[in-house]
Amino acid sequence: MPLSNKHLLGLQGVSKEDINLILDTAKTFREVLERPIKKVPTLQGKTIVNLFYESSTRTRISFELAEKRLSADTVNFAVSTSSVNKGESLKDTIRNIEAMKIDMVVIRHSAAGTPLYLTKVCDASIINAGDGIHEHPTQALLDMYSIRERAGKLKGLKICIVGDIAHSRVALSNVFGLITMGAKVSVCGPATMIPRRIDELGVNVIHDIDEAIQENDILNVLRIQLERKAGANFPSLREYATYFGITQDRLERNRKDILILHPGPINRGIEISSEVADGSDQIILTQVTNGVAVRMAVLYLLGTQN
Amino acid sequence: MKVILKDINLFHPAQNIDEKNTSVLLEDGKISKRGELSKDDIKDAKVFELKGKYVVPGFFDMHVHFREPGREDEETVISGSNSAANGGFTGVACMPNTEPAIDSAEIINFIKKQAKNHLVDVYPIAAATVGRKGKVLSPMAELGDAGAVAVSDDGVAIKSASILRRVLEYSKMYNIPVIEHCEDESLAGGAMNEGVNSTLLGLPPLPSVAEDLTVNRDILLAEYTGWKVHIAHISTKNAVRMVREAKQRGLNITAEATPHHFTLTDDLLKSYNTNLKMNPPLRTGKDVAEIIEGLKDGTIDCIASDHAPHSIEEKEQEFQNAPNGIIGLETEIGLTLSELYHKKILGLKEIVERLSVNPRKILNIPLPKFDLGETANFTILDLDLIWTVDATQFKSKSKNSPFDKRLLTGKSISTINNGKMFFEGEMITI
Ligand SMILES: [Zn+2]
Repeated sequence: MPLSNKHLLGLQGVSKEDINLILDTAKTFREVLERPIKKVPTLQGKTIVNLFYESSTRTRISFELAEKRLSADTVNFAVSTSSVNKGESLKDTIRNIEAMKIDMVVIRHSAAGTPLYLTKVCDASIINAGDGIHEHPTQALLDMYSIRERAGKLKGLKICIVGDIAHSRVALSNVFGLITMGAKVSVCGPATMIPRRIDELGVNVIHDIDEAIQENDILNVLRIQLERKAGANFPSLREYATYFGITQDRLERNRKDILILHPGPINRGIEISSEVADGSDQIILTQVTNGVAVRMAVLYLLGTQN
Repeated sequence: MKVILKDINLFHPAQNIDEKNTSVLLEDGKISKRGELSKDDIKDAKVFELKGKYVVPGFFDMHVHFREPGREDEETVISGSNSAANGGFTGVACMPNTEPAIDSAEIINFIKKQAKNHLVDVYPIAAATVGRKGKVLSPMAELGDAGAVAVSDDGVAIKSASILRRVLEYSKMYNIPVIEHCEDESLAGGAMNEGVNSTLLGLPPLPSVAEDLTVNRDILLAEYTGWKVHIAHISTKNAVRMVREAKQRGLNITAEATPHHFTLTDDLLKSYNTNLKMNPPLRTGKDVAEIIEGLKDGTIDCIASDHAPHSIEEKEQEFQNAPNGIIGLETEIGLTLSELYHKKILGLKEIVERLSVNPRKILNIPLPKFDLGETANFTILDLDLIWTVDATQFKSKSKNSPFDKRLLTGKSISTINNGKMFFEGEMITI
């Protein structure tokens, strides 16, 4: 069964069937990755361009590995090694790349909507690897994969995303995907970090971390971006840690059976205390291998449509 | 030359003229006879059969950007004037955010020179502060003498309350109106209206309260200094309410709204189409409803386009990096007639007031009259013509319109002024 769309621009509007298909396919690839020969010839002869306008080593390496394991030919185009700095427009860049006869483009860009724009000026399948503070669908699929792997399901789970929701592309993709899969989604963070009217997307807004722990089965804790630390968004890291940080004490006071997902690396003592980070079997650190498997699934499903 | 406009409806509400199925004889661009025409009148005249069309006092757009000097690749005074004539306007006031800004008598004179002999009268608006930087008062007396009809730092609001106060005190001495782009600087910088759509699209948000705060500041300072402020491109529900209340209190506050702000909402931005990016941004359905209410009850005095040309290269980039602004002169009347007249929100009388009478009144420009001997300054409307917008046919140098391919009802089919007539895409000397 193929995916119903040629591109993966975000999880908004992606059906339950498609998400299940991606997660199930990722499970198969996860098994492939356990074998001694980790490579499959599925995308032999296909050319994929990794177009990274914003540095993101982890996402880029994960995509590159996934592409290699599927035997695709890859071209890396990073902002520092390209003509982008010389003022070449996005459109010119795409035209030039397209002359190379490419099948797929994986794009990371600081401006929301850029992947959608690419679909209009180029024939390749477009995969969004993060656009501004809009969406980052493969990261959210990875989160959902990890939760499903551990909790056995997504439907009916109560999941709270904790942190700087307003400046996170992962949060919005998680919201769309999880709601589609039948989870009950909340967000928790200081009011200055919650985007306006997000409740209208069907999300419950919480400003009390204890309530978030009590009311949910799973916390998806975002990394606090230290460069954005104090100032207009929140008073100080210390205050954030005190009022929104997840500590052993808090977990014990509220409920113990909650699972905590974190993309790593953890800012210890800020969003999660060292004690919880090291000692607890309640924490799910996102597995690099899962990330590769999910991205292999997306590339495979989009790359083998006719 | 003799020109006859045959079988027209003459309509000039400010002069109480409402004559159906009549004719007008023009000689050398002046009105020489109205009503029944004799054989002698018709002899050697060029006759335009215009049955059922309305002849109204030439429309005036008090908010356009002509990009000259500085960005002549996007628009010039001439191309902008051609766009105005084609759109149905015989007069415009152009904003000072050129490069350099219109902040000296030399630049006013330059623009007047460029506009000379055109059908469209071009009235420059000067910067309120030098370079629109909000620090030093512009030489308003001299600018007014050179021909500036108002002052504004449009593109931004006048930077601080203290400098706005001085601008108001000073401009009042010379009877120069102050036009404000209302946007609180500390809340500015977003790419679209803040709301559920900006959250969904991940675009940097620009809250409506940024406009409301500055409208509030401006009303209070107008009251305090006893002078007037014209609110440009009003776009929020609260701003309309504040202007309504200020008028009820007898303050000298006027306002204009653009066709895009009474027609479109931020729901459309899902496409990330940069031709939907402007400042103030498209707002919500509730804001649109309040603007329509304001147009209806007279809170909003004028309709103006905020015609803002941009090259294709500038608009074809990432949404948050693309410049603000859309062109509007050639869709303004079609949208006004489709959205306000045919939907029975405004009658033709109110439309003539919003597009011809009031903008001139605010800028102290005499209203064209239909008396014998007067220069014919007409817009000719076909209220029921159904047409499709085609940006490739625009006279503007730029094509950045979100209304391309839209079906509209009602159009200006001709403009006449300064001894010239624009008809079927051509400029004729009459
Ligand atoms: Zn403006």
